[in-house]
Amino acid sequence: MRIGVFICKCGTNIAKTVDTEAVARKALEYPDVVYATDYMYTCSEPGQEEIREAITKHRLQGVVVAACTPRMHEPTFRRAVEKAGLNRYMFEQANIREHVSWVNNDRESNTLKAMDLVHMAVEKLRLNHPLFSSKVPINKRVLVIGGGVAGIQAALDCSEGGLDVVMVEREATIGGKMAKLDKTFPTIDCSSCILGPKMVDISQKENISLHAYSEIESVSGYIGNFKVKIRKKATYVDWNACTGCGECTQKCPSKKTHDKFNEGLGSTTAINIPFPQAIPKRARINAESCLYLTKGKCRKCEKVCPADAIRFDMEDEIITEEVGAIVVATGYDMFDYSVYGEYGGGRYPDVITSLQYERILSASGPYGGHIVRPSDGREPKDIVFLSCVGSRDASVGRPYCSGVCCMYIAKQAIITRDHLPDCNCYVSYMDIRSPGKNYDEFVRRAQEEYGINYIRGRVGKIYPKGNRLIVQGVDTLMGVQMDIEADLVVLATGLEASDGARELAEKLRISYDQYGWYMESHPKLRPVETNTAGVYLAGVCQGPKDIPASVAQGSAAAAKVLVLFSRDTIETDPQVAFVNERVCISCGKCIEVCPFGAIQWKTLRDGSQKAEVLPTVCQGCGLCNATCPPKAVQLQHCTDDQILAEVNAVCE
Amino acid sequence: MISETGTQREKEIKIIGFLCNWCSYGGADTAGVCRFKQPTDLRIIRIPCTGRMDPLFVVKALIYGADGVLVSGCHPKDCHYAVGNLYARRRMELLKRFLPFIGIDTNRFRYTWVSASEGQLWQQVVTEFSEEIHRLGPNAGLNEKMDAETALSLFNTK
Amino acid sequence: MPKRIAYYPGCSCEGMANEYDQSTRALCKVLNIDLVDIPDWNCCGSTPSNSYDPLLGAALAGRNLALAEAEGFDLVMTPCPSCLKSLKTAIKVYNDQKQDFAHLLNMPFSGKIKVISVLQLLYEEVGVEKIKERIKKPLTDKVIIPYYGCLLSRPPEFAEFDDPENPVSMDELLLAAGAKVPDFPYKTECCGAAYGVTINNIVGKLAGRILDMAQSLKTDAVAVACPLCQQNLDLRQSQVNRFCHRNFKIPVPYITQLIGYALGIDLKELGIHKLFVNADNLFKETV
Repeated sequence: MRIGVFICKCGTNIAKTVDTEAVARKALEYPDVVYATDYMYTCSEPGQEEIREAITKHRLQGVVVAACTPRMHEPTFRRAVEKAGLNRYMFEQANIREHVSWVNNDRESNTLKAMDLVHMAVEKLRLNHPLFSSKVPINKRVLVIGGGVAGIQAALDCSEGGLDVVMVEREATIGGKMAKLDKTFPTIDCSSCILGPKMVDISQKENISLHAYSEIESVSGYIGNFKVKIRKKATYVDWNACTGCGECTQKCPSKKTHDKFNEGLGSTTAINIPFPQAIPKRARINAESCLYLTKGKCRKCEKVCPADAIRFDMEDEIITEEVGAIVVATGYDMFDYSVYGEYGGGRYPDVITSLQYERILSASGPYGGHIVRPSDGREPKDIVFLSCVGSRDASVGRPYCSGVCCMYIAKQAIITRDHLPDCNCYVSYMDIRSPGKNYDEFVRRAQEEYGINYIRGRVGKIYPKGNRLIVQGVDTLMGVQMDIEADLVVLATGLEASDGARELAEKLRISYDQYGWYMESHPKLRPVETNTAGVYLAGVCQGPKDIPASVAQGSAAAAKVLVLFSRDTIETDPQVAFVNERVCISCGKCIEVCPFGAIQWKTLRDGSQKAEVLPTVCQGCGLCNATCPPKAVQLQHCTDDQILAEVNAVCE
Repeated sequence: MISETGTQREKEIKIIGFLCNWCSYGGADTAGVCRFKQPTDLRIIRIPCTGRMDPLFVVKALIYGADGVLVSGCHPKDCHYAVGNLYARRRMELLKRFLPFIGIDTNRFRYTWVSASEGQLWQQVVTEFSEEIHRLGPNAGLNEKMDAETALSLFNTK
Repeated sequence: MPKRIAYYPGCSCEGMANEYDQSTRALCKVLNIDLVDIPDWNCCGSTPSNSYDPLLGAALAGRNLALAEAEGFDLVMTPCPSCLKSLKTAIKVYNDQKQDFAHLLNMPFSGKIKVISVLQLLYEEVGVEKIKERIKKPLTDKVIIPYYGCLLSRPPEFAEFDDPENPVSMDELLLAAGAKVPDFPYKTECCGAAYGVTINNIVGKLAGRILDMAQSLKTDAVAVACPLCQQNLDLRQSQVNRFCHRNFKIPVPYITQLIGYALGIDLKELGIHKLFVNADNLFKETV
């Protein structure tokens, strides 16, 4: 093999602490190296040109570049060598910046280390073989997980683009958290008026099939060809027959059922439709409170249903959908503030969460839009809003900013003053974070036009006095202690990863951070992709954001799906495992360990069984390679011989 | 000039690091980007996953002259390939108990978990392990009753 | 066989809070717990030693623990929360800076000894149920408010006892003794602490708030478990009255006195007569 070595100075980033010229000279001593040089910026256009010229001029068959981390520029250089006519896998990169020049200033040691790394890359390259991608057809259907505003946007955009869409929603209705909101900032327009039509669109589009009250059971396959098992949870109502007339909900005697849609304010019936604008507008029986399902007596709903839709014997059903791409838009849940013992930990009925307050404000909420206290139904005279409950607080494991609370507090306070002009509103805040179009102006209006009292500081304790609450804290601008008597306290509870987000991530094989937010492929340049090809993110599941940003991300994810589906086939990564059938002893261990089910039995003409890797399913982890007793399975481009060649290069 | 540096210095300590591409290799990159200073003895081999690690790689490296071997991957439960590092953990744990049989100090081998964002942890791991290997000094190799072939044959499952 | 544990009285219990010491000893005797005074115990260092030199202060407190260890004890009990904090700090500092600590202490110390308060002893080691079984003179119809102060349950990682913001150990003990225990929002509010000596008005204001809230709940007594809280609420109650223009006459007994009484111990033995605000009405035989 004729190998060329290119040492990058990276301006002074590498050259300052590594003698690149010496490394290049040393490289010429390594076997098969016929050309070596150093260059100012190898990744630049002229730098790449120099590689291409050298390949032609010196008839190179393989190239080593010693530069930054391959996680940065390996694709760049692979393209460069490909342009010069080499196979893109006849390339190796030695990392002499992040792993050498940036972590030590000792020029002599660094130079020696860089030489070793180049030597290792050369030894590995000598055992490289040209690899070729294969093409697999794409199934042009998309799965959207989560029917909140981000998922709805992604589904509608994909549908508009002509794709078949499968939407899976965990709750009995789509709409997500936005459907629970009264109004939205900074325009104070009605949340359900802008979301409602979009929800209706979902139900009416021919090419969208909606599975509400369903969850993802398992996901197999790979980009272009996923197989998804969906658990349709038992609703005890045949949704094909149910017309959503609501007759059953009038007659149901079990009226003390927890009202999840109203955040536990008030109660609902065991058979219920979450809210009047629900999509699909179908009744569902809550098995935990249904008298018949718990005590074996009642069946009132069955008697009154004009459509004969009640099915007490219904069971969960598992269905399978095949799709080519997945958009994850699972949203968030509210922080459980009961860990704040100093705020009562849930003991005081008039200390409520911001989402509960949204339901109080909402005309379709439990109190018909009248602002009253949950404890006694009285109109409050003084309301205190506390910001950062479960945000920016490392002591409860939530050091991040939830991003929307400052704005929704201002909105809720403004609406409160609109409803009850005599009600005093206080906002206790740490900082006001209002970056966004017309956002800061909005907060200003809350303070200046609406006369809402903003107090900078932190509340240390809430306790009852008579039937009111004392909010005790500090005003850090005045430098005094404050005690506010309030009728109602609204905690601006932060956003946290949706319940079950981690389990779903494991099914999808996407990563999440320590708080359960899904990890995007690159924080700046690949904000909706994940590290699993064909799986995209939209909305708050990736991190806290407001409605405009969620919608934008929903559209962005849809665009990525449409880009993917604009081709008929995709190329697979050829760096996958390969079985040498003559060495294979048919033990089946590789089949057992493969996390992706990418290895199967293959019957040879003589009737013997050998392992066979499905190159399109294989993700290239190499677990089978390490497991295989006779080493018949080898991970191409990272074979045992190649790894040991690198080891030898160091030990020589 | 370079031949001087290359040959005339006392034998350098050589540590081989096997790092998974997704977490620890990224963590080492992060440490670099943050300019977290580290000793220079480590030579990193990039592998897709710690599940790719054949314990023999460690044994061969130590037999053929490496003074220390460090294996690092994603934190358990956080593997890019779901379970690779769990297999690795079992294999590495067994290997650790086996090394004394062929006369290799267990302290020359370490495995650890460092994520792509934990640059500081990586600096700490490299610094501590390098110090440990410097303390142990150059690897004397196998004990007198053992030659490389016998040692390796102990692993041979064929 | 009675349970033997090491006992660290601390300076308060030798002086101002003598009745706390008396009642603790009397109560433990009835509960079959053998309190053994740490021989030659010394000052825990309280606040001053820690502000002067944390390491030296920790070693000072640590000497008491080393003495207890030498006697073979693995558990030390002290009634005073401030002593409790000093002794626990000693263990923490020992674990963080073993060599320096050992050098200063200059006697064998393992750091394995555990330190608890008398309240923790009653609540965790003896148990509410066990106490309930032995109640002889229940505090029936008496409204008693538990006041915990700042140190007994906080900071949580340090106290390792009860709920930091809403402690319930005294509530449960008092309920077991038959008392009525209203929900008291000022359970862990500040009593003014050492400001009683320097800026008296602060105690007037803070202790006043606590007594005000207690009064509004129609209490017969405020139960405490800290000598300093007791001092500010009881000894200084007349000062508080002057400052707040009130006329509080709320007895402030120690939890050990209340439980001791309910277990049938003689009032004299519990040192009830040493309280400044007369508590005779509280202990008037109701039957």
